[in-house]
Amino acid sequence: MIGPLVDLLLLLLIVLLAWRALNGRDLLRGVIEFIAMGLLVAVAWVRLRALDIALAEAAVGSGLTGALLLSALHRMRRREVRRRDRTDGGEG
Amino acid sequence: MTARADRGHGRASRVAVGALALGLLAALSWAVLSLPGSFDGLTGPALGRLSESGVTNPVTAVLLNYRAYDTLLELAVLLLAIAGVWALRRGDWPAGDLHGRPLVISLLRIALPLLTLTAGYLLWIGAFAPGGAFQGGAMLGAAALLALLSGRAVCARRHTGALRAGLVLGVLVFAGAAGGAAALTGEILRYPPGDADVWILGIEAAAIVSIGLTLGALYLGGRPGDRHA
Repeated sequence: MIGPLVDLLLLLLIVLLAWRALNGRDLLRGVIEFIAMGLLVAVAWVRLRALDIALAEAAVGSGLTGALLLSALHRMRRREVRRRDRTDGGEG
Repeated sequence: MTARADRGHGRASRVAVGALALGLLAALSWAVLSLPGSFDGLTGPALGRLSESGVTNPVTAVLLNYRAYDTLLELAVLLLAIAGVWALRRGDWPAGDLHGRPLVISLLRIALPLLTLTAGYLLWIGAFAPGGAFQGGAMLGAAALLALLSGRAVCARRHTGALRAGLVLGVLVFAGAAGGAAALTGEILRYPPGDADVWILGIEAAAIVSIGLTLGALYLGGRPGDRHA
């Protein structure tokens, strides 16, 4: 009885998070939404009784990809700061 | 190009991409709807010979016995990925200064052994239930990441030879097993009857090390070694 309701909620949340992760302005927020979406997708795999894929999705798709995205973001920001410092130095 | 023309160009490409996506959606929907409803696929044959596969988890049987060749190539893809990243640039090792942060240190003391143990458990349980080298490798990768972020991965920084050896171990052992099986049974990756479980566990044990190290090393974003070396 409650199963289909949970599935529907799960589907809506996954689509909502995917949309927000792609369309938000704040990249950090987008990455966090992507990680949350990955965890919900893992739950969806559990609901489909594909436990192997759920494990892989939670660990690789959400966890490690999330960590990689965060580190890429960190690197991008550092490069931006360095570039800004360089142009400031050139003008001053 | 004026700003208006630029905007018009952007809208046109958006419409084109949207149309393409809709077309893909229609094609995929048609493909799914046209599947025969009661087709069992290869479930029957796969389950029918499970007792000969050396494991009782059908997913592991497919990954490491029936379609072991695919898994070997997957490991090779992982190795290529890290080789590509290393070719691009030098990695940044996080400084990981933990002075004055005793809680992080005690967390690491518990988390690192626990993650390693869980990885080993996932490797072992993969023969009977959901689990296996990739899931366990992801656990090891998480452990490697924690060690990296907290600056505890110094030994990997000093002994890059060991790191390199660990990265290729999975592919080497898997390819060696393929050759050995070919020598014994005359067919690549056809394990000697009755011993399949030992072969699978051996391959997975080597694979888990490489997968864990690869995922951890990917986080560095480049090859190890000091920036000014």
